[in-house]
Amino acid sequence: MTSELDIFVGNTTLIDEDVYRLWLDGYSVGDAVALRVRSGILEQTGATAAVLQSDTMDHYRTFHMLERLLHAPPKLLHQLIYQIPPSRQALLIERYYAFDEAFVREVLGKKLSKGTKKDLDDISTKTGITLKSCRRQFDNFKRVFKVVEEMRGSLVDNVQQHFLLSDRLARDYAAIVFFANNRFETGKKKLQYLSFGDFAFCAELMIQNWTLGAVGEAPTDPDSQVDDMDMDLDKEFLQDLKELKVLVADKDLLDLHKSLVCTALRGKLGVFSEMEANFKNLSRGLVNVATKLTHNKDVRDLFVDLVEKFVEPCRSDHWPLSDVRLFLNQYSASVHSLDGFRHQALWDRYMGTLRGCLLRLYHD
Amino acid sequence: MPGKLKVKIVAGRHLPVMDRASDLTDAFVEVKFGNTTFKTDVYPKSLNPQWNSEWFKFEVDDEDLQDEPLQITVLDHDTYSANDAIGKVYIDIDPLLYSEAATVISGWFPIYDTIHGIRGEINVVVKVDLFNDLNRFRQSSCGVKFFCTTSIPKCYRAVIIHGFVEELVVNEDPEYQWIDRIRTPRASNEARQRLISLMSGELQRKIGLKVLEMRGNAVVGYLQCFDLEGESGLVVRAIGTACTLDKLSSPAAFLPACNSPSKEMKESPLVHPPSHGCRSTHNSPIHTATGSRLTQNFSVSVPTLIYTGMGSGSAGKEGGPFKALLRQQTQSALEQREFPFFTLTAFPPGFLVHVGGVVSARSVKLLDRIHNPDEPETRDAWWAEIRQEIKSHAKALGCHAVVGYSESTSICEEVCILSASGTAAVLNPRFLQDGTVEGCLEQRLEENLPAGCGFCHIPYDELNMPFPAHLTYCYNCRKQKVPDVLFTTIDLPTDATVIGKGCLIQARLCRLKKKAQAEANATAISNLLPFMEYEVHTQLMNKLKLKGMNALFGLRIQITVGENMLMGLASATGVYLAALPTPGGIQIAGKTPNDGSYEQHISHMQKKINDTIAKNKELYEINPPEISEEIIGSPIPEPRQRSRLLRSQSESSDEVTELDLSHGKKDAFVLEIDDTDAMEDVHSLLTDVPPPSGFYSCNTEIMPGINNWTSEIQMFTSVRVIRLSSLNLTNHALNKNFNDLCENLLKSLYFKLRSMIPCCLCHVNFTVSLPEDELIQVTVTAVAITFDKNQALQTTKAHVEKSLQRASTDNEELLQFPLELCSDSLPSHPFPPAKEHLESASSNSGIPAAQRATSVDYSSFADRCSSWIELIKLKAQTIRRGSIKTTVTVEKTSPMGEGNFRNRSAAPCANSTVGVVKMTPLSFIPGAKITKYLGIINMFFIRETTSLREEGGVSGFLHAFIAEVFAMVRAHVAALGGNAVVSYIMKQCVFMENPNKNQAQCLINVSGDAVVFARESELEVVSTQQPAANCQPACTGGEVTT
Repeated sequence: MTSELDIFVGNTTLIDEDVYRLWLDGYSVGDAVALRVRSGILEQTGATAAVLQSDTMDHYRTFHMLERLLHAPPKLLHQLIYQIPPSRQALLIERYYAFDEAFVREVLGKKLSKGTKKDLDDISTKTGITLKSCRRQFDNFKRVFKVVEEMRGSLVDNVQQHFLLSDRLARDYAAIVFFANNRFETGKKKLQYLSFGDFAFCAELMIQNWTLGAVGEAPTDPDSQVDDMDMDLDKEFLQDLKELKVLVADKDLLDLHKSLVCTALRGKLGVFSEMEANFKNLSRGLVNVATKLTHNKDVRDLFVDLVEKFVEPCRSDHWPLSDVRLFLNQYSASVHSLDGFRHQALWDRYMGTLRGCLLRLYHD
Repeated sequence: MPGKLKVKIVAGRHLPVMDRASDLTDAFVEVKFGNTTFKTDVYPKSLNPQWNSEWFKFEVDDEDLQDEPLQITVLDHDTYSANDAIGKVYIDIDPLLYSEAATVISGWFPIYDTIHGIRGEINVVVKVDLFNDLNRFRQSSCGVKFFCTTSIPKCYRAVIIHGFVEELVVNEDPEYQWIDRIRTPRASNEARQRLISLMSGELQRKIGLKVLEMRGNAVVGYLQCFDLEGESGLVVRAIGTACTLDKLSSPAAFLPACNSPSKEMKESPLVHPPSHGCRSTHNSPIHTATGSRLTQNFSVSVPTLIYTGMGSGSAGKEGGPFKALLRQQTQSALEQREFPFFTLTAFPPGFLVHVGGVVSARSVKLLDRIHNPDEPETRDAWWAEIRQEIKSHAKALGCHAVVGYSESTSICEEVCILSASGTAAVLNPRFLQDGTVEGCLEQRLEENLPAGCGFCHIPYDELNMPFPAHLTYCYNCRKQKVPDVLFTTIDLPTDATVIGKGCLIQARLCRLKKKAQAEANATAISNLLPFMEYEVHTQLMNKLKLKGMNALFGLRIQITVGENMLMGLASATGVYLAALPTPGGIQIAGKTPNDGSYEQHISHMQKKINDTIAKNKELYEINPPEISEEIIGSPIPEPRQRSRLLRSQSESSDEVTELDLSHGKKDAFVLEIDDTDAMEDVHSLLTDVPPPSGFYSCNTEIMPGINNWTSEIQMFTSVRVIRLSSLNLTNHALNKNFNDLCENLLKSLYFKLRSMIPCCLCHVNFTVSLPEDELIQVTVTAVAITFDKNQALQTTKAHVEKSLQRASTDNEELLQFPLELCSDSLPSHPFPPAKEHLESASSNSGIPAAQRATSVDYSSFADRCSSWIELIKLKAQTIRRGSIKTTVTVEKTSPMGEGNFRNRSAAPCANSTVGVVKMTPLSFIPGAKITKYLGIINMFFIRETTSLREEGGVSGFLHAFIAEVFAMVRAHVAALGGNAVVSYIMKQCVFMENPNKNQAQCLINVSGDAVVFARESELEVVSTQQPAANCQPACTGGEVTT
């Protein structure tokens, strides 16, 4: 006796959260059944392995059919075929678009292309996440990217509107899209200590301040949305950043800046002497990062540079985070007292974001 | 020009990409009704077109309005080649044709293609302007309401219940036409869908006409089915119960038409119309079945069982005059055309007086011998024959009516088994005639009502019993006699006093048969049928005893025919009726008492059985009150089990051949284990696992003993197909496989729905089919309903006692019914039965030889029949030698009757989101009140694929299709303005596959009633004086529990 066909269709589509998780995690039906058996469900319910097998198959089939709709979540809401309560719909979508920290760290900043997709095998081996799950996550990134790529308006809002994700998840996706678009390098060994959260935090700051959308906050002509885009860094801004060069190129200005900072921080900083000794190097590093951002290559290396030029030197001198904060605050603020420096607004736009990023990046 | 149909195409969404180059679609819509077609403009390059068309107006006859569906076809415009069809929507506009239902159909409909499934949605608005037509000779029957619900719909009151209506239409099956060889599968499927839609409309119109002739205004319990006969055609047939319904004006009236429980009961218990329902059927133009027509075909009338109180008692040994009366009645020309049948399974209080038992009839026919396949006459005659048989069975049980009546077919190649079954009953004539007097006698009568047990009392005359039976005085009122076991096809009457909870009981059986052709095949099948019936019955009986219960409700026996086997599946809900005696246990006896180890084995088995019974009693809370024998008043005879098989009458066989399977003078009924088969039987008894705790199941509307439903419901359909390995094809292995299949299916359901615990699976409906040689398909549709465990049983402890008291005032006159009826009707049938009989016989022989060639002589039947009777006798003897001993176990208990299971608690208002459409096979929605019936939903779909693997194999294909069917039903209901479908049923699910060709096809037919419901909590406006708890005060004899 072999089962040829075995289905269960409810007027309300049954969703088993545990099986959904197993499916999302890319387990085969066999593996999923084994895992469920191990969870002790048979003892709890008095069911047999055959029942479990049939149940798992059924859920997998349902998920497989729903997957097409999950690719465009608004479709899931408007479709008529599966009657699913709204709370369940939200759960389905949220879980489907959720991703693994380990996975996202591998592809963050990479071009979401076929080439990268081929590397998924390696990522799967490295992270222990099933290839199937890797594919789903990668395809999710790519799909969201494709949809919002050409859109105007807030990146987070766009993601939220088209994929019906929670605010938290939409922000994460905005970061992923932003990183993928700007191809920030995140995979270097010295960046390994950084979590996705660190990058997402930076991305959010950068989106808020450094993109075209950021400028559009006070548009002179409300109809012109031409520049209202969150994906790309503001080219004009990057061009202007060259003007900051003077802060390190002009020896007087650099000295003045240093003395202002040192005066203000004397006695307040545990690592004052180290700071004093390193000031010029640090300042040069931060300003040079700004001036190089016109080159795509250097944009990609932004985080590498920040870690190399700022985080690592400070860390090697064992700066506590509070000292870093004090220093950066003072370092940014002091520029306002430099009479010969005319690009205060530009500096604030640059340094305001950078300060936030550096503080987030500064940890072990 | 009696009607104007107006259609507006608003928009489309989620259309498929039809132009690969642009990834877009240039869609337009064709709207067709009858022979008129309109088109919208092409909406270029969009997957979400906004046509916003003008109103397309069709001026049509109301006859067409009833027959034709509105066809909407969405196409992709192609400048250079033919336009590609995206898909279609068929809209049945019938709900717009009667005033109380929907006024407009407006909403999003899935666009359906038979090859691709659902492809986007289209927004349509449909309206009908109907002009009054006073033409008396009209062909339409607009205005007659149809309900699938097999009880009086909740917001109506039955003024008169007229009786049985039936109709049948035949057409050539498009799939078997010559043109099918050259057209595409899509065209063929669409032709079939269109045809069935058309035929359904026609059928409904014709039934409506009959109802109008009876001066009714509605059909309740409407059941429409189609038979895919293959070469010989496609039959769509329907049965129903014509009624005159009154809309209840009071919105708060939860009680279903029960403002007068049984007014005329006392006034005229003896005055019956000559035959119930006949006043209506007299006028109705039903095809007459004549003998000559019958003989054109091979037909085998199969002996059938009548399940009565006696466990498996039967009719037959009527006394002389009684018999003559019966003959007279059945043979009378008048009677031949009308049937006092009711498709209802639940009744207004007071309607059902007594229940006799289950009556059923089967007949084997050869489809390729239909003389004139395109005409309905032959099939009409077939059914008439079967109905006649049912009627005579009912008569034999002293009943003048059949309730819970249904018909079905099973077809395999050219062989067709026709089945009909119902419950013989005595009805209160009040509902069957005009001019109900709304009197003030109500109160007085209520006191006299034998509430809770009246229907159990035997309808036949005790002194002149048609068969030997074991009767005791009713355990409830102690006035009237009751049988020891009661089998019925109806729902448990609301006023019945039940102890404990009920449970689903199934009997499953397979029988191998040799592959054969034509007559040989039909004969083989009809030879097997009585054995199957007998064994199914024995199984039911044993399982019922094992559960410690004494009555079955909702009994449905399905016999399915395949190439090389027959399958029998009986489902019913077992309960313990307080009025009936406590069932005895089961005793096992070995054949070789000398063998010590064998003996030990036997006693081990016996212990197991006893343990199971005890466990079940605990599980189902069966604790009948202790009744000492003195109170009962008459010595309970030594309980014994009698089984008796009646070879039912085929019209032309003269003698009632009868089989007595009772155990003669031996009182012990013991299950003898004399061979491995018997051993297996006992084993299989014990393999049925009870549902996990927190789960209950039944196949009736409501679960006896549960009365606090909460609002969560989950309707589902589950389908399983297993392939039998051809190696182990023995009856035995087959039985085991089939049993496992059903048990595993149930287990899976329990597992899947575990999150709803505590819950009850209601209306569990199993359907078996044998699509191929080694394939068994089981389809289950049911609904899981949650209930509140804690809030349970605000025990109506007083209820039992009260009803006991009340019942004792039962009047005995009621018992006289059947005989009175017969003598009443005597003068109205002037033809002596024998003569009639001769006439039909002579017409038999008078037909041309060419036609007769295919007919089998009835006399040869008789021979054959007697041979199978011999066989059964043999078998019966084997059973007798051992047999089951029933011991009356009087246990100390507390009364736990809960009649008020309709008394649902006000459910917490679940998150009722807009757009959700509930579906349920039940006639009600827990915790809610149906405020409006919008019309009948009757849909037929075909789905075919040539890329089975790509669609996820057979499971993926069928899963998607069923989900789509649900979606289309919901969309139609929503468009009518409804939010639920009640009495939903999947009448057919025909699945065929050809994995080698990567192909599969499936046909599904579903129906139900579209309704609007409102949560009770939202309705707590009016009537504080009539809380829902007293929803059927009349049923319980005016008892108000406070």
